[in-house]
Amino acid sequence: MASYKLDQSVKYAKSHEWARVDDDIVVVGVSDYAQDALSDVVYVDLPEVGDTVTAGKQAATVESVKAAEDVLAPVSGEVVEVNSALEDTPEIVNERPYDAWFFKVKPSNLEADLAALMTPAEYDKFVEELE
Amino acid sequence: MLQRTPLYETHVAMGGRMVEFAGYELPVQYPTGPTAEHHAVRTAAGLFDIDHMGQFELAGPDADACLQQLQVWDIRQMQLGDAHYSVLCYDDGTVVDDIFLYKLGGRWLVIVNAANRAKDWAWIEHHLHGYDAALIDRSDELAMLALQGPQAEQILQKLTDYPLHTVATRTAIETDIGGQYVIAGRTGYTGEDGFELYVPTEGVVDFWKLLLTTGQADGLLACGLAARDSLRFEACMPLYGHELGPTINPLEARLGWTMSWEKSFIGREALLKVKLEKPARVLVGLEMVEKAVPREHYDVAVNGKIVGYVTSGMKSPTLDKFLAMAYVPAEYSALGTKLDVIVRGQPKAAVVVKRPFYKPKYK
Repeated sequence: MASYKLDQSVKYAKSHEWARVDDDIVVVGVSDYAQDALSDVVYVDLPEVGDTVTAGKQAATVESVKAAEDVLAPVSGEVVEVNSALEDTPEIVNERPYDAWFFKVKPSNLEADLAALMTPAEYDKFVEELE
Repeated sequence: MLQRTPLYETHVAMGGRMVEFAGYELPVQYPTGPTAEHHAVRTAAGLFDIDHMGQFELAGPDADACLQQLQVWDIRQMQLGDAHYSVLCYDDGTVVDDIFLYKLGGRWLVIVNAANRAKDWAWIEHHLHGYDAALIDRSDELAMLALQGPQAEQILQKLTDYPLHTVATRTAIETDIGGQYVIAGRTGYTGEDGFELYVPTEGVVDFWKLLLTTGQADGLLACGLAARDSLRFEACMPLYGHELGPTINPLEARLGWTMSWEKSFIGREALLKVKLEKPARVLVGLEMVEKAVPREHYDVAVNGKIVGYVTSGMKSPTLDKFLAMAYVPAEYSALGTKLDVIVRGQPKAAVVVKRPFYKPKYK
């Protein structure tokens, strides 16, 4: 496959979301590998501010020219902000996947949830084995 | 075992993302991406490997009489070099396949869908009985490419002395292009001007590369199946397995314009009955009022009751709207009718709009 970029400042889920801890908030997006596999993104269906999300459960949907895919919450908690810019310019998910955050979560079980995610090196190996 | 076209290695070398389609391994996109490939065809030009399509030849003293009966279009109106879209129907009026006919010197070229190649072959063979005509499968000898877009003529003209501006839409020529014998039809499946090119298989890899090099300065991009689908979708051209199939008749699919009622053809009686009674369901164009991506098989509902289904849907790259084609009961088919498309369990408002979404730009 095409080579993909890793962001060293985030942790990764097996379902290809990234989680970036920013003070007491977790920012969530999808990895470069994921956006490449999705092909051109045309729409994102975001959660509502105030929604409770659960680690490993669907929180948003990303729609590409190919298909609609679930975006799972990498950590549990309450949605405190959503990136409504994605509604009008979903293509930034393809262009800058580590800037194109989907939503921010105030985590309720941060340490355990983070421990279950992969480091960049682990994710790199994980993706390599998928190929 | 999946089949490959002669260009398989070329696609892989170009970074084409290979997927299964109708029993073939074909590129769904190149690294440029489907959206860029789509826009290239609307604004410049795109090159497609469409060799998965079947190419049959029908010849012999009774070829005309047989073909006239086999399909719905009246071929007596066709002159040498003419090309036309048509439909093969079963006796009950449902669709065997949609096809493209070329009237060439001493023979007909019949282009069929890849998924239906074996079925069509058997069906045509069966109906040849009693006619002095022969069906020959040219699919292995001829490779099929599509060069589509407003720059297509200009690019192709660099490779031939034949005055291409004299080739009218829906006609074909047999000539030398880039040092090869080519059948070039001014036809396509994108809603743009362009050509479909039939090239001897042994020369197609070189021909593909020559076209890409020649067209580079004019913005020509190699395009995959995803762009082919979004282009035909905007122009509301049916795709077998979506808008057409063995449980759909061509009047429901709004292909009444292809039917020549004044002649005999298989399925005519059943279809004439449908025509007089009006089809109970019809294909409509939908535009989403609420943002959502309508996709194939999604339900269409009115006041919570499911009344139809989406056959194809997407975000239109050219029009930047969420659009769908759907089968709905005739009573909900009027322009402006409000319907819902059920997207992941949620009704999303849509409205019936005019088809085609994108008006084809032919020369």
